[in-house]
Amino acid sequence: MATRKSPEQSNASREELLHYYREMLLIRRFEEKAGQLYGMGLIGGFCHLYIGQEAVVVGLEAAAKEGDKRITSYRDHGHMLACGMDAKGVMAELTGREGGYSKGKGGSMHMFSKEKHFYGGHGIVGAQVPLGAGLAFADRYLGNDNVTFAYFGDGAANQGQVYEAYNMAKLWSLPVIFVIENNQYAMGTSVKRSTKSPSLWERGAAYGIKGEAVDGMDVLAVKAAGEKAVAACRAGQGPYILEMMTYRYRGHSMSDPAKYRTREEVQRMRDEKDAIEHVRDLLIQGNLATDDDLKAIDKDIKAVVNEAADFAKESPEPALEELWTDIYA
Amino acid sequence: MATEVLMPALSPTMEEGTLAKWLVKEGDAVKSGQIIAEIETDKATMEFEAVDEGTIGKLLIAEGTAGVKVNTPIAVLVEEGESADATPAPAAQPQGEKQPQPAEGSEGKAVDEPLVSSPGAPVPGKRDRSPDWPEGTQMKTMTVREALREAMAEEMRADKTVFLMGEEVGEYQGAYKISQGLLDEFGAKRVVDTPITEHGFAGMAVGAAFAGLRPIVEFMTFNFAMQAIDQIINSAAKTLYMSGGQMGCPIVFRGPNGAAARVGAQHSQDYAAWYAQIPGLKVVMPYSAADAKGLLKTAIRDPNPVIFLENEILYGRSFEVPVLEDFAIPFGKARIWREGSDLTIVSFGIGMTYALEAADKLAAEGISAEVIDLRTLRPIDYDTVIASVKKTNRCITVEEGWPVGSIGNHIAATIMQQAFDWLDAPVLNLTGKDVPMPYAANLEKHALVTTAEVVEAAKSVCYR
Repeated sequence: MATRKSPEQSNASREELLHYYREMLLIRRFEEKAGQLYGMGLIGGFCHLYIGQEAVVVGLEAAAKEGDKRITSYRDHGHMLACGMDAKGVMAELTGREGGYSKGKGGSMHMFSKEKHFYGGHGIVGAQVPLGAGLAFADRYLGNDNVTFAYFGDGAANQGQVYEAYNMAKLWSLPVIFVIENNQYAMGTSVKRSTKSPSLWERGAAYGIKGEAVDGMDVLAVKAAGEKAVAACRAGQGPYILEMMTYRYRGHSMSDPAKYRTREEVQRMRDEKDAIEHVRDLLIQGNLATDDDLKAIDKDIKAVVNEAADFAKESPEPALEELWTDIYA
Repeated sequence: MATEVLMPALSPTMEEGTLAKWLVKEGDAVKSGQIIAEIETDKATMEFEAVDEGTIGKLLIAEGTAGVKVNTPIAVLVEEGESADATPAPAAQPQGEKQPQPAEGSEGKAVDEPLVSSPGAPVPGKRDRSPDWPEGTQMKTMTVREALREAMAEEMRADKTVFLMGEEVGEYQGAYKISQGLLDEFGAKRVVDTPITEHGFAGMAVGAAFAGLRPIVEFMTFNFAMQAIDQIINSAAKTLYMSGGQMGCPIVFRGPNGAAARVGAQHSQDYAAWYAQIPGLKVVMPYSAADAKGLLKTAIRDPNPVIFLENEILYGRSFEVPVLEDFAIPFGKARIWREGSDLTIVSFGIGMTYALEAADKLAAEGISAEVIDLRTLRPIDYDTVIASVKKTNRCITVEEGWPVGSIGNHIAATIMQQAFDWLDAPVLNLTGKDVPMPYAANLEKHALVTTAEVVEAAKSVCYR
């Protein structure tokens, strides 16, 4: 796993870095707002925030093209924003309103967008992995060069169906990138307490699948790894495994006792590894942007997120008739 | 503008908590994401982060205070140069009249119509008494096995997105020879041999259906589909609803279901009632070869996930099948196999074997039984059953599955609700016995429903 690039080493352009900054900040501010609305009782049930992991989806989306598919677990808000879904529709789904992506019937964990090729939003740990391999199966069957990103966590990596999917994906050379978002904790169980495997991506070797570990807090490293994996899949040499070493700052869900790790550990990650601060440093220290440039972006993002929150509060609850629709096509 | 910081709800059920500790004091500047307090509930201690930037103007609740209700203001955050006494922004009032409380949902609202489902669930079919094929149609004799293969081959010829996937469906020609010859005609791309990995390939097929293909998944038997039932129910059946209608799943899960012969408890189970309970699925359980063909073609064309329950013992039975270019049978249309006047026997799948044999025996004793084959269990053709019961005033049901929560129980309940005044006897449910399937030949026979039991039950509801 390569170390982070300093401003002098980075070849990224101003436009590229500003794009990453903006996209990652949108996710972070959106999630902070979701946490706030949850605290106010406007969002119910389970709500899993993505704060800390923003570089993973933003970096991989930078390696994707139109037509590529993505599918993930229940920690899905960041993935939706990164693939271009509208913040208003996502937030309104969190509040269970008519204006949400699923008309309020899916909630935080179950959202979809056919238009953006986002296939959920799945609440059963690991279930999205064979589903993602199936999306890739369809693309191979139809003979196009689309790639599927199937995201799952270090916790899901211990589910049996993941390895069933690995086996078939390799057997049939499916164009799927298995993205393990290793944020170190499956709810409150650290990776060390759940497996003796030295690394999760290496398990792919048992099925003949190539892969690598990536600094998931470094958006440039993520993008570079993503491009390599995408190229392999488009060339018919899929699947591919990317283990993104990342970290979530918030609890597993909103009701997290925070007893399984120290506050110092979280603070150290924020201070030393934060993906947004990293890009900010590249921009400022590389003389590619000024503080004022970034403040203007912050302001824009704040407006987008506030607009989403307002929409999510004002959109009405779904009509009672909706109880009975969408059961059968 | 000053913002009130409110006591947060940190779990779906939290109503109040203890403000255990402040990690900031008045006058401190805070950044969004900074941990400002520790909150304790009966379950856990949780950290509370600031959402907005600003300066702590005032701490309204002292640390150590217990029983602080969710949404109580606990601090005031001010912007630079602002006084702590500034009026909080109205936007910070979370429980204004306009905002419904998600925890209560719609229950608290006045509703004109009751939200209970009609006694109809599983979704009722419309009564349709039209013949399944035109009178005078040429017929040929065919086994259920051949009928199923013809249905798949015809639909695969018609639609290139239809493919078959499962264990031994290709080179082996099908564990029960249902897919015989399909690999030769359609090739390995469309007749896909899988490893023994039900959970995995069921999930993959569902993913392929999300992406626009029309998979037919063959389970070597439905007993093995238990490995995959999470993908069938949580992924295939629910996604259309959870996506607000965006993401459909046109897929058929098919294979032999129920007891074969002498294969013991783990290979002998009828899943009819299990799957019939799930909204979002359609469930088919044919008896005859004509129904097997016509209903499988409908299943493959259906835009929803369909559970197609076959039976190993029926595979080799022959029936008359119409010779028609395009022969499909709609779901939700029961078939009256035999008209009668003294009682109604409702069955489906292999249960029909016992029902029809019993009807012959009963006729010999002067009892006229009307025999109805439900054919599909979701939707169910209630109208045909109810109309029959209103004529005969008596009903028994026959199935091989277990007695508790059986399809027969559901039919009995529906008759009780919709035709109570027409009943001259209680509805009896003939089912398999409430035991795991034994291996010994004599015990196995006894564990299944028998024709003799059906005859006896029919006589008893006729008080004979």
